[in-house]
Amino acid sequence: MNQQLVEVISNRANAGIDPHLHIWGWEIPAYLFLGGVVAGLMILLAGLELRHKEKPRSAATEWMPLVAVALLSLGMLFLFLDLANKEHVYRFYMTFRPTSPMSWGSWILLLVYPALLLMYVSGLSAERREWLLSIKPIQALRLGALVRWTMAFGDKHRSKILWVTLGAGVGLGAYTGLLLGTMVARPQWNSAIMAPLFLTSGISTGAAVMLLTRLDKRESATLVRWDIAAIAVELSLLVVLLLGLSSGNVYSQEAAASFLGGPYTASFWSLVVIAGLVVPLTLNVLEVRRHTPMTLYAPALVLIGGLALRAILVTAGQASGLH
Amino acid sequence: MSATKRYSMVVDTRRCVGCSACVLACMAENNVPDGYCRDWIVKEVKGRFPTLTQEIRSERCMHCTNPPCVDVCPTGASFVGEGGAVLIQQDDCTGCKACIASCPYDARYVHPEGHVDKCTFCMHRVKRGDNPACVSVCPTRALTFGDRNDPGSEISKLLAARKWKVLEPQAGTEPNVFFLE
Repeated sequence: MNQQLVEVISNRANAGIDPHLHIWGWEIPAYLFLGGVVAGLMILLAGLELRHKEKPRSAATEWMPLVAVALLSLGMLFLFLDLANKEHVYRFYMTFRPTSPMSWGSWILLLVYPALLLMYVSGLSAERREWLLSIKPIQALRLGALVRWTMAFGDKHRSKILWVTLGAGVGLGAYTGLLLGTMVARPQWNSAIMAPLFLTSGISTGAAVMLLTRLDKRESATLVRWDIAAIAVELSLLVVLLLGLSSGNVYSQEAAASFLGGPYTASFWSLVVIAGLVVPLTLNVLEVRRHTPMTLYAPALVLIGGLALRAILVTAGQASGLH
Repeated sequence: MSATKRYSMVVDTRRCVGCSACVLACMAENNVPDGYCRDWIVKEVKGRFPTLTQEIRSERCMHCTNPPCVDVCPTGASFVGEGGAVLIQQDDCTGCKACIASCPYDARYVHPEGHVDKCTFCMHRVKRGDNPACVSVCPTRALTFGDRNDPGSEISKLLAARKWKVLEPQAGTEPNVFFLE
């Protein structure tokens, strides 16, 4: 009886908007996850070669750019499925809007494909090059001359291609976070931390995909060390994100509360923080310190955590608002 | 008087009775699909019993001076049109829904035809010198539309004479729909 009463009644009941925003379903988190994985693969593949100053040592790293192309294409299919006006998809490429992260993303995606294909072709061993030139689709479509030219171009500019791939990977990974982070209307997302958070998560999930394959010992040792650094940074960024939200205005505090006792607490802490970050970090550190054989648990958990992070953030962000 | 127009709307919360005539007029005028609305009524009750106050507002797109929906649109389908009205070029819209997520007022929705839809300030009527449909039908004259850059306009006089507020000012969008208190 003595409490301050605030009751708001609206007669608006627009689908996807009321009682709270729910315009983005599973497609967007799935796309953001795959985009992050591809960004991670690009950064790690380029990084490995720039660090060791030699071409891929294992067959897995040799064909990994093609895996990245396939994963990105799957992600773009999900993005396409989410569009309400699918026949207008070409409009993304009729203009460039510098204030729109989605416009940046659309054009970055176009840069990613040639970078990955050039990286793949020019990273092949002599034996593999012969095989590529001999496969039926290349011969049937008379693409031999083009592939040979691409190989020669790639050999000549390999270092530049690696740096472009690295840059495009950083751009792709950061944009997936920036896309949400620039939304002032959604306190849960509206943080400068989102871009580096999604980027580091992308690097970690990219490393996980690579660690699930048969790598050269030196490659996997380097990747595990990089993965430890990425997970540690990601954990720190999550702490900073929650601290930032908790010390913000009342809407940001409400957004933080949804992870600190609210509806997303159990899923966020169990799937993202513990299963997706703390446990794989511990396993990775044990592997490095005690030289124990690598298991597939850590990379599998990182992938589950990365997908959960995006699914939970996309859902929670839509539920947050300024009123 | 400024050469550029700044179309705005004033909602007098002391006059609005929440009859929804504005909502129905908009639906009829703009052929709004069933189950959707471009404007709506909000009733807000505040206070401690028995001293309660009720505010009734007719709400719609705020046609912000700093519209986040226009900034995030990847194709330019959302744009600032004549008099600062925030509009949608339906043919350019991919239905990516970034503009919907960016709107602090949840004023947009996906039209069943695939493009995003919202209040246009009835620009097709304004261009021929009429008021928006919601303003024309309001039985209590709670809604006023006009050029805020014209100091002689009714809207400018109301904003000069009465205490007013905008919704979610913390979003920094500089709305052009004002609520008289």
